[in-house]
Amino acid sequence: MAIDIYKINPEFRDIMPQEIIDLEENATWAEKMDKPRGIKELPETKELLEEHSLCAGCPEAAALRYVLSALPTPEDTIIVNSTGCTSLMFPHIALHTVHSLFGNQNAVASGIKRSLTWRFPDRIKDVVVLAGDGATVDIGLDYTLQSFFRQEKITTICFDNEVYANTGGQESGMTPKGQVFKMAPTGKKFEKVKMWELATTSGCHYSINMTASAPKAVAKAVREAILIAREIGPTYLNIYTPCILEIGLSANEGLGEMKDQDKDRFASYKYISPEAEAHLKKCKEEGLL
Amino acid sequence: MSKRSDMTATKNWSGQTMVTADHMLFEAPRTKHFMTGSEVLKEAVKRCTVDASVSYPITPQSEAAHLIGELWAEGYVGMYFRGENEFGVMSEVAGCAMSGSRTITTTSGPGTLRAMENFPQWSGTRIPCQLILMARGINSPLTIQPDNLEVTFMLETGCMIWYAENVQELFDMSIAAFIVAEKPDVHVPIVTVVDGFFVSHTRESVMLPNDDIALLPYEPYKSPLPPIDSETPPGRFLRDPFVMKSNYISYATHASWQWEVRSAVERSRPYAEHFLKGLLHESGDVDAEIAFITCGTASHQAKEGQRELAKLGIKSKVIKLRTIRPFPTKELIKSLEGVKHAWVPEFNVVGWLEKEVKTALYGKSDTNIIGGPRVAGGMSLPAEAIIQEVMEVLNPGKGA
Repeated sequence: MAIDIYKINPEFRDIMPQEIIDLEENATWAEKMDKPRGIKELPETKELLEEHSLCAGCPEAAALRYVLSALPTPEDTIIVNSTGCTSLMFPHIALHTVHSLFGNQNAVASGIKRSLTWRFPDRIKDVVVLAGDGATVDIGLDYTLQSFFRQEKITTICFDNEVYANTGGQESGMTPKGQVFKMAPTGKKFEKVKMWELATTSGCHYSINMTASAPKAVAKAVREAILIAREIGPTYLNIYTPCILEIGLSANEGLGEMKDQDKDRFASYKYISPEAEAHLKKCKEEGLL
Repeated sequence: MSKRSDMTATKNWSGQTMVTADHMLFEAPRTKHFMTGSEVLKEAVKRCTVDASVSYPITPQSEAAHLIGELWAEGYVGMYFRGENEFGVMSEVAGCAMSGSRTITTTSGPGTLRAMENFPQWSGTRIPCQLILMARGINSPLTIQPDNLEVTFMLETGCMIWYAENVQELFDMSIAAFIVAEKPDVHVPIVTVVDGFFVSHTRESVMLPNDDIALLPYEPYKSPLPPIDSETPPGRFLRDPFVMKSNYISYATHASWQWEVRSAVERSRPYAEHFLKGLLHESGDVDAEIAFITCGTASHQAKEGQRELAKLGIKSKVIKLRTIRPFPTKELIKSLEGVKHAWVPEFNVVGWLEKEVKTALYGKSDTNIIGGPRVAGGMSLPAEAIIQEVMEVLNPGKGA
């Protein structure tokens, strides 16, 4: 069915909000495109995110726009979310999304992916987990890693803002050592968890640590990660999306912070397994990249 | 392994002829077998056209979860895997069920509490999955004995709760449970409880229909919420940020949603009445002035007490509750007409069934409700203990 579900019944067209009509007429659904989707179309087309409810200048909102613009087949993509700042944006996404509990996102996604593979054996249904660092690395670490061990064919994207932002700025496992936050009044006592390395050793076929400073780079990583997850196995993206509020930056300073961290805590890390590399080569030949 | 696409209009993916639940439960000829509760659950699942099951080898474990795994290997169950722990398993079950698969799992005792956050989430997302709860008590101290304390924690999760007394009831209930849970006007999870060990590990005779028939498949597009499969437009439920905004609408929406979940459980009554032949069953002397209100294994023990009392010339009856959610209040009031004293024998220390009964009957019945006798931690409940309780009320100071 896929894209058909976004076609508006003519009887109801006159009462439909403009953004719903735009989704039908001017969104970059894969079925309508003769080339891979990407951020190039963002200014001219209807985005899959209708506004958002995050703080002004929040890099997470920008990163989500890049992610959504790069989904290979959004009309057949389910996004599984968790509790946190990201969950504030999910109701604004025009796809099937799930918010279940705090930390169980990779377990829910595992069930959905396997169930859809069983129900639709001849169709590709991508399942993408998108959650914050608290959900991915603290409360949900067991479920994140276990989904990697089990080789679930899902992509996990962690919007790493290095803090529990939505609850007011408490230390997380991804907070850098020494940082003063709530619950770490004298500074964090242990190192930032290198989740991208854990992902590699836990069975991910593609693991990246990056910031969201370069939209094209984010879009490329998302697309590659999802294409690998479809065929080979789990993939992981750790993307720095700083909480400008909690580290005392203004709304226009998020990009600068991400650029600074491109050379520091988020200096590029990329792992790709030989099978995944071979698969990407094939995807390139087939025009999927 | 099977492929779902192998299903035809009349045969499911494993080649079984698909039939209605009425045919399966009431019309199909049956033959006698001798098996444990775990084994009979395997036989039930085999006949239910189950899409998915996720398992965990909880201690205290039963064989049920890995026997369902054998059904997957044999091609009867579509998809199966072992999860990482009970919290993970119940979340994986949620993922399977919300994306349109008929899904079952089992747990017991401490595992139930580890998974607890998931159960209200299950009912809140209106998934019609089935949990077989083989009750085994709660730590600490460590226990692997039969005790149904964990059921008290399940009562307000928004799930339906049915209680089977024996192996035969477990078979019939677990089949009917899918059908009732999947009714579009119900569509909430169902917890089918048995007392672990007494039922899960004990071999009894049981009448089973042939295994060449199975239930018709689950139809996810009759769900009151769109299944998460990208085949229907994203629902307003998904797109309206009602829970995210601290305004009047979010309070009203959340409150009405919770009421609706409970209303859905109430709407299951007529279906449960049909498939279970009543929300409660009575046995013994209809006009007795003494009754035992029970569920599960306690019913079996109470029936023995009733027979022994009859030998002493004392009339009594056993009122066995088959559903706990919905609670059979109206039926219980009717059953207690003319009853002076009713005992609630239980296999737990807190007396959750006594509390349920007293809450339901408050101001509506003149029967004197007496909690107990109550055993826990794996103790047995001999008929003598029941008779003693009765005689101490009938012949105060003289005992049995």
